[in-house]
Amino acid sequence: MSQATVTITLPRRGTALGIMQRYGVYIAIAALLIYNLIFTPNFFELDNFRTQFVQVVPVMIVALGMALVIGTEGIDLSVGAVMALAAAVIPLYIGYGLIPAAILAIVVGAVVGVINGSMVAFIGVQPIVATLSLMVAGRGIALLIANEQLRSVTDPGVLSLGRGSLFEGEAFRIPYAVIVAAVLVVIVALLVNRTTFGKQLIAIGGSRRAAELAGLPVKRILLLTYVLCAALAAIAGIIGTARLGASVPSTLGNLIELSAITAVVVGGTPLTGGQVKVGGTVAGALLLQFITATLVKHDVPDAYSQITQAVIILLAVYIQRGRAAVR
Amino acid sequence: MESPLTDDPPVLEARGVTKRFAGVTALDNVNFELRAGESLALMGENGAGKSTLIKVLTGVYQPDEGEIRLGGAVVTFARPLDAQKAGVSTIYQEVNLVPLMSVAQNIYIGREPRTRLGLIDFKRMYADARALLDTYGIDVDVRRPLRSLALGVQQMVALARAVSINAKVVIMDEPTSSLEAREVETLFSVIGLLRQQGIAIVYVSHRMDEIYRVCDRATVLRDGKVVHVGALDALPRMELVSLMLGRTIESSDRGGVTAFGSDNTSDAPPVLVAEDLSRRHQIDGIDITIKPGEVVGLGGLLGSGRSETLKAMAGVMQLDRGSVQIDGKTVRSGSVPAAIRAGIVMLPEDRKAEGIVPGLSVRDNIVLAALPRLSKAGFSSRRNQDAVVDVFMKRLHIKASGPDQIVSELSGGNQQKVMIARWLAMSPKVLLLDEPTRGIDVGAKAEVQALIDELAGEGLAIVLVSSEVEEVVEGSGRVIVLRDGEVETVLTGAQVDEEHLLAALAGDAGEAAEDPRTHDAQTDADAPTSVTDSRGERA
Repeated sequence: MSQATVTITLPRRGTALGIMQRYGVYIAIAALLIYNLIFTPNFFELDNFRTQFVQVVPVMIVALGMALVIGTEGIDLSVGAVMALAAAVIPLYIGYGLIPAAILAIVVGAVVGVINGSMVAFIGVQPIVATLSLMVAGRGIALLIANEQLRSVTDPGVLSLGRGSLFEGEAFRIPYAVIVAAVLVVIVALLVNRTTFGKQLIAIGGSRRAAELAGLPVKRILLLTYVLCAALAAIAGIIGTARLGASVPSTLGNLIELSAITAVVVGGTPLTGGQVKVGGTVAGALLLQFITATLVKHDVPDAYSQITQAVIILLAVYIQRGRAAVR
Repeated sequence: MESPLTDDPPVLEARGVTKRFAGVTALDNVNFELRAGESLALMGENGAGKSTLIKVLTGVYQPDEGEIRLGGAVVTFARPLDAQKAGVSTIYQEVNLVPLMSVAQNIYIGREPRTRLGLIDFKRMYADARALLDTYGIDVDVRRPLRSLALGVQQMVALARAVSINAKVVIMDEPTSSLEAREVETLFSVIGLLRQQGIAIVYVSHRMDEIYRVCDRATVLRDGKVVHVGALDALPRMELVSLMLGRTIESSDRGGVTAFGSDNTSDAPPVLVAEDLSRRHQIDGIDITIKPGEVVGLGGLLGSGRSETLKAMAGVMQLDRGSVQIDGKTVRSGSVPAAIRAGIVMLPEDRKAEGIVPGLSVRDNIVLAALPRLSKAGFSSRRNQDAVVDVFMKRLHIKASGPDQIVSELSGGNQQKVMIARWLAMSPKVLLLDEPTRGIDVGAKAEVQALIDELAGEGLAIVLVSSEVEEVVEGSGRVIVLRDGEVETVLTGAQVDEEHLLAALAGDAGEAAEDPRTHDAQTDADAPTSVTDSRGERA
């Protein structure tokens, strides 16, 4: 071992770069809100915030699962297809009511997760390749199930999930979709920070070899991670369907993997794995939502919104660069 | 065979070469000479600077000081390709050709014969390739993709390619490490042919038998310095090993009885019985038995199979044959979790890549393996964790700002203690230590050694692998010496001293041998006898 060891020091807590790495996403949100407070009429109204939160729910839920997968140094491109599959399954079983149909949709999503996870964990396929194949095949299967048709869903349970709120009619009513998202955020946060599974997942992302040599059930944990990610995507698919009041497997969740990955990375979870920032991921999703909303309210064409997203990804990755090099 | 002392300048020469990496001196004023038609052994243990020297000679690295001369003229190889064009070729351990291309294409890649139209003249290429391989007695279909050939043949192709590029010097780095015995013979005869053509060979191997068979002279490196240059005839094996390890035979008194390895063996039944551990090309038929409280050293030079033996017992490496038993129960082989459950844990050699999880805290690293035991219904209990972490941070004197400090910020010695704590938290029965004190400072080293002794005193069975002769001798009650993946000999009692160990490492199995298995090759008449004699008197 005569090879030179180059020591790279971590950016200290005090440096500007260190602060940006830790709190960048929150600072960005604050800046954006201040801008809107000054320049955007009617932005600071409860109704507007309610709308923003409802709109961000699917991306946020998908991003939660994505954060877990990225924490293992993986990636899941099939989340949009899983949403489509969930959407396709719902009309078939909605006759039994929302809960049974939702459970079935989640199970179908989980099956995709099992396939993804098995390919990654047991066969050793690179995550990007394994999930890319399901990204393509999954939506195809969804279209087959739906017979390539758009079906409206009129079940009252589904409609209530999509459009109803707790404390209906009150000024501070909370949409059910937002409540579901909030519960899932808490569950995933607990999972990451308080359970054996979460700790092991992060260790695997930090050093898979060391985790294996420490006797961790690496393959089982990887499998479970992809299953969780897919199940969360299925839930996002259910909520997306409920909001539309229709099953639209051809377009639901299109390109959502990109938004979700952006939210995770902007939120401070490095693509190199070994860390999962749940709070940051939530904030990342919100930041993307607020940016879009700000641009919309100032009548900036959608194309600019996409370009802005790209700039933000680059910025986030640039800021994280120092941290990745430490590994 | 004296090397011919002619007036011709050496075919390849390094003068006063120094190479530093980020403050670490990898080569220190190295002088190196290679003469036409000779075969020179480049010897040295891990970290001695062999690879760096090869890379400087072949243009991968530029020397910080000194110069390289080819046929007497100063040259600068800016890139490996420059060296190759000038006639210095390298054959690496793992063949560096293109597996999917045909044999002929691999030989002529980048300099294919062309037709008048500028297209590749396949006909001529195939014919040339066949003719070339014929001269070395290699009979293969040159159109077949390279990867369809046996590894040995692939290496011959690499060799043929090197020579066909007008090579004057061929550097071979561990050329036989993945070859069958028969393939090794072919390689040796090819080497003979090359030498007749006046091509000089630099042969890097840790297999003593091969060195003495193939090479005339040796250049020995240690810690980046040349410590010996001379004919192998005049260099007994034991002296060569001493040179490589930096231990002289005179200095081999047992360091008093203050050795850190005390004898804790009892009449207790063995805790671990490993039998016939075998894996192709790595280890072959290794038996180890160890009692509670015993420290068994695993001696051997680089590549002797020390680490592989540990990995086999720890479930890290799949076995072709053999079994490991703990307290009489067979442990499922090839499974780390099964080994850990049975009570076998291993401190890996490469602490940074295989041991610590660099981004996690000291706490998370210590409890990594024990996490399920410290949890309730899948929820990790901070209180249980802190109890364990607290105990081991105090007991092992882990110096950190606190359990929340990121482990990669700790010194090497403290990282190693974190690793030991991780395993002690599992209350193991057998602790396998692979180079536990490598790369840590002197103070931490003494602490770790004292700890090994203490743990053995508490009844833990320990297997210690170290490339430091002194550490093995002082730390172990018994030393199993490996050579080429087999048990060469077992040193017990008074035999556990540096002198016996050096002799065993050199392959001079004398009366010290407890295990009768010896090598055919080492009964060679030219094997150095003088050392055996002197040892006979002293023992």
